[in-house]
Amino acid sequence: MTRTRKPGISRRSTLALMGAGAMNVAAPWVARAQAKTIKIGMPTILSGRVAQLGTSSRNAVMLEVDKVNAAGGLAGRQIEMVIRDSKGQPQEAARVARELVNTDGCEWLIDGEASSGSFAVHEVARDLGVLCVHTCSEASSLTADPKQHIPNAFRCVRQGIHDSIVGGSYAASIAKAKGLKKWATCSPDYAYGRDTTGEFTLYLKRFAPDVEVISESWPKLFQPDYTEVVTKILQAKPQALYSCLWGGDLTSYIDQANIYAMFSQMEVFAVNMADYTALTVVKNLPKGIHSGNRYIKTFPATPENAAWGDAYKAKYNEYPTNWSWQNATAVMFLSEAAKKANSTDGKKIAEVLKGLTIKCPFGADGTVTMRADDHTLVGYAIGWGTTIPQEPYVPEVKAGDWKAIFELEAEWKKSKGYT
Amino acid sequence: MTVSAVFVSFSAPYQAHDNESASVDLDALAGCLSSSACLVTQTTSGLIIGMLLFLVAVGLTLIFGVLKVVNFSHGAFYMFGAYFAMTAYHLTESFALAMLAGAAGTAILGLIFERVFMSRVYGADVLMQLLVCYAFVLIFDDVVRIIWGPEFKSMGMPSAFQVMPLFIAGGVVPPYYLLLIGVALVVAIVLGIGLSRSRIGKVVRAAAHNPGMVSALGINTGLIYGGVFALGGMLAGLAGALAAPVRSLTPGMGFSVLIESFIVTVIGGMGSILGALIGALLLGLIRSFGSLGFPLFTEGLMYLFMVIVLVSKPTGLFGKEAA
Repeated sequence: MTRTRKPGISRRSTLALMGAGAMNVAAPWVARAQAKTIKIGMPTILSGRVAQLGTSSRNAVMLEVDKVNAAGGLAGRQIEMVIRDSKGQPQEAARVARELVNTDGCEWLIDGEASSGSFAVHEVARDLGVLCVHTCSEASSLTADPKQHIPNAFRCVRQGIHDSIVGGSYAASIAKAKGLKKWATCSPDYAYGRDTTGEFTLYLKRFAPDVEVISESWPKLFQPDYTEVVTKILQAKPQALYSCLWGGDLTSYIDQANIYAMFSQMEVFAVNMADYTALTVVKNLPKGIHSGNRYIKTFPATPENAAWGDAYKAKYNEYPTNWSWQNATAVMFLSEAAKKANSTDGKKIAEVLKGLTIKCPFGADGTVTMRADDHTLVGYAIGWGTTIPQEPYVPEVKAGDWKAIFELEAEWKKSKGYT
Repeated sequence: MTVSAVFVSFSAPYQAHDNESASVDLDALAGCLSSSACLVTQTTSGLIIGMLLFLVAVGLTLIFGVLKVVNFSHGAFYMFGAYFAMTAYHLTESFALAMLAGAAGTAILGLIFERVFMSRVYGADVLMQLLVCYAFVLIFDDVVRIIWGPEFKSMGMPSAFQVMPLFIAGGVVPPYYLLLIGVALVVAIVLGIGLSRSRIGKVVRAAAHNPGMVSALGINTGLIYGGVFALGGMLAGLAGALAAPVRSLTPGMGFSVLIESFIVTVIGGMGSILGALIGALLLGLIRSFGSLGFPLFTEGLMYLFMVIVLVSKPTGLFGKEAA
């Protein structure tokens, strides 16, 4: 017996339609995947105390996106960036990220949030399954902790543990050469300050076991006055000081410590000093502050890096920040992955990104890699040097050795129970 | 050179790092109290913190005392003072002109703000006054952001003060901070004498006590109110200008100063100039010595002190009982 189709909509096609409708609601970026332009959403911090960093992230992304679009776009599709302010609040970052995907139809996310916000955006990426590249969070656990691992998220950022290993070993070499045994620390009293200082002193003591931390200060984040902290450190009479204060807090601290002539009384290691945001703002920058590189156009000392820094300055009339190079690198990775996959499908891009090595002005050897096993950036230029009051500000940077970083990072991961 | 040359000793055992610092370090505090060098350094450190706070708090308390308005936007005047001073300094390279610009600019701003906006809500509910002030906190922050940009700025220390600190009894005292303490002391004395002895001071006090009667005597109370607000704004602006060489300038910088100024006025007694001075100095000393003895509880100590004062004397140390 043959069944004849009744006129109207069959049960099967109704189900198919309902299914498609449900897909549209649940995963609208899939339904819009064939649109001519590809929308990439980006929550970042465009207002408040760290607005400068968010703005520099947006600038860097746009600088690179313009290049990609001029060269024909991603697999033939022009990029349209949709960039929204999260005000630096994690719940707002999550809301904006979700809205960018569900309402604005963004197919990928570039997460330009600081650590607290990036964990919130990470959960949105986990929930929606959308391709997400974190570009600003340095918190190691974001990719080191296997609980955080999702196949569709990557981190294109320097990492706290890498900085600590290189910083600790650099500081230890100076400590041994100059006999610096008594150390003080002064870092902001929140997760980043505590963790970074703890990891730095851990590696410092490991490489220079004689070192003793005789004084610790934990000023509040955005504290306006550091006088009592400065005098407390002077009382302790350390031979060296470590600080991971950053931005306006660091420049305030330097101005206030300067008039106590602190910098002539001890060696100072300030990991966040060598960033143009701080270097160009401090009017009386003391000579000889040891700092990690953040972004500086003279390190790596290659024509590509210098050209990139100059192009950014020519377009935006200021130097890039640490967040800038990371965001630019993310666009470079996405562009290269789309080329290799010849597609803009998030899943295919994620597959290609795993272990992908690209040419990059910010690479230690001219390339950077998105490590396959934990989806994080490695091989970027990382090092320490000392400041001078005028350009190039940090004339010589000692580069970190990635082989040694990998060894110690693996050990650290083990000690944390991550592997 | 690579870091591999720097990796020198792997012999030390891998230690779990100890991130806990002592929350109470009475030995350090006792050691400091028995050393003249430490006493001098920490006392001047307390005076510096206190005197800047005093300049902001005294304007706040003055405005409250006369106008009966809690000016929540007071921190914005501190911020404007710093920005005005920085701009004037970068244009003229004159420290004196920078201070003048900070003080005069905020005085004018205070006068306009009072006449155009605050004068309309004097009779209104406290909540309405608070809302107007808070709205202007946001507006002023945005104005600064539009004019000077969102990034932090630095004025830089004038070359005249880029000198080695003085060593008094072994303690370290930067010359710039001596100037700062001196200016604040002069302000305290002039205000104290001016309000209690001068004719204008007497009129202001009368207006604070009974504005209706003062007005009936033919005195322009609007002018007095505007003048007091301008003076309050000017003092906060002067504090901002004095702080500009040693603090980074950023939109919203007035907020944290405002909170501490409120603690000062609450401890000293709302409306009392002497109270503001004593309160600010006590707070400065608590911060300075507290950071040695109670490094993780310095902020807490300030609030604890405020609670003790409020419990034992709810009107503050020098506050008058409500009539």
